[in-house]
Amino acid sequence: MADTILVVVEQREGKLNRVSWETITAGQAIAAATGWTLEAAVVGAAAIAAEVAAKKVAKVYAIESPKLEPYTPDAFAAALKQFLGAHPAKLVVMPHTYQVRDFVPKLATAMGRTVISDCIGFKNEGGKLVFTRQMFQGKLAADVSFTSDAPWFATFQNGSFRGDKAEAGASAAPVETVNVDIADGVIRNKPQEVFKEAKQAVDLTQAEVIVAVGRGIKEQKNIDLAKQLADALGGDLAASRPICDSGWLPMDRQIGSSGQTVAPKLYLALGISGAIQHIVGMKGSRAIIAVNKDSEAPIFEIADYAIVGNLFDIVPPLIEEVKKAKAGT
Amino acid sequence: MKILVCMKQVPQKDAPLKLNESGTWIREDVSYEVNEPDAYALEEALRQREKHKGEVVVITSGPARAQQVLREALAKGADRAIHLEDDKFVGLDAFNTAKAFAAAIKDEQFDLIFTGLQSDDYGYAQTGVILAELLGWPHATIIMQIEKTDGGIRVKRELEAGYFQFVDMPTPAVLTIQSGINKLRYATLIGIKQAKNKPLRKVTLGEVQPAVGENLQKIEKLYVPQKTKKTEHIEGAPGEIAKKLVDKLRNELRVL
Repeated sequence: MADTILVVVEQREGKLNRVSWETITAGQAIAAATGWTLEAAVVGAAAIAAEVAAKKVAKVYAIESPKLEPYTPDAFAAALKQFLGAHPAKLVVMPHTYQVRDFVPKLATAMGRTVISDCIGFKNEGGKLVFTRQMFQGKLAADVSFTSDAPWFATFQNGSFRGDKAEAGASAAPVETVNVDIADGVIRNKPQEVFKEAKQAVDLTQAEVIVAVGRGIKEQKNIDLAKQLADALGGDLAASRPICDSGWLPMDRQIGSSGQTVAPKLYLALGISGAIQHIVGMKGSRAIIAVNKDSEAPIFEIADYAIVGNLFDIVPPLIEEVKKAKAGT
Repeated sequence: MKILVCMKQVPQKDAPLKLNESGTWIREDVSYEVNEPDAYALEEALRQREKHKGEVVVITSGPARAQQVLREALAKGADRAIHLEDDKFVGLDAFNTAKAFAAAIKDEQFDLIFTGLQSDDYGYAQTGVILAELLGWPHATIIMQIEKTDGGIRVKRELEAGYFQFVDMPTPAVLTIQSGINKLRYATLIGIKQAKNKPLRKVTLGEVQPAVGENLQKIEKLYVPQKTKKTEHIEGAPGEIAKKLVDKLRNELRVL
């Protein structure tokens, strides 16, 4: 029997999280590189199994128990452990979402296994699978291999694979419902309703031009400089997480995994080093200009235009030039 | 409340990193600092102790240099520290680091264990959750608020895209703390003085060795990432750079 890759898709309140398509693409790529069989599993929302079955996968499992809703790490880990006991997989692949981060280390530990988390790619090196992940906030990359027995667990960072490249199947894959039994007392957490903090006052997802500031802005009073540039460009002001944590800009201006994900025509990053958590929120921008005094800042890896220098030297003349250009002189 | 805070020493954010000869780790001669989310975890523990009394203990693993993280934590107000001291701890995977921690605290009874939500070096975001599972405790991740309740605690979890959720849970429990949950304090001069006399227990690799096994995963190769994007460097005096940029904005990006 061929080895199996199991992609566990993510659902929220019964809806498929779109990032799951990326994970399907990743699973299809690994299957193509290894010759292993690709299967998928939906945990706790059978309704979306059919949607997943339309993709090129050998089979879709709908793992079911009334105790899987609402999400708890205890129930998800217990359900998947039970499932994997009965349906062994060589490799289990998931998206690196906040939900997966919450339960997959527990699941792997309960099975005496390990997770290579937050991967951005994989390689098949002469029959040995290695997973590429970013280290040191993206300054370095590492190829990591499993030295333990299967099942191996790997999670992929948002945007590592193209969701729209997930191949459709010739015909719908069979869907098998697997009921799991989660004993009383397993679930210890009592989650309340999911809510959104104060209405999002600013919708940066629609902005065509974004000027974003990071730690390099140094002091709250310097934010005004970035604001002037944003105004001159007719764009919106945004920030990396530390700026919002410090209260220098409101949380609804935050770009990144815990904030908004944007794809403007122009993203101008001032003093942003480019930690992974920030980059996942803006790497889809059509053009990225980065100003940073650290020539090794990871933001330059994804910048179209790089300016290594002090933003306080560069921004004032830039504001003037932009104003001049707008005035048509 | 008796709270343990797991802290890690990591290379400074803007420290230039060099690969070691075998290309499997960085050269150790860089400047280090406390992992940022761990600083927030410590701050939260100190605030909880101020509200509910109790004790804050900090723990780290790593070579002698890592003690600096504990000294800073003691200066900020932690009561005592545990240092798993050995160069080899740096190379342990998250599973074995958690095992070593669990072994080092087996005679203690904590109500809560805090970790930062992830480290700035490996970035696994796993050690806290693994530790919870090894101890048989419940956990919650990416926490932005903690309130004591009658039966345990109520925490506020950060979800993605601006969503949050309150979770009620029993203690003892492990929580991974998100940056920005609070405002960090500075160590006071008196705190720094007092820190010198606070207890710091050293744990050798030998003491926890029976609990630690082979790593379950291995870094085959560490390297500078290959650029996938063509980046154009714009150089010159600030005024020139500004002019060149405006030209790009107008003629190439067409946003002006």
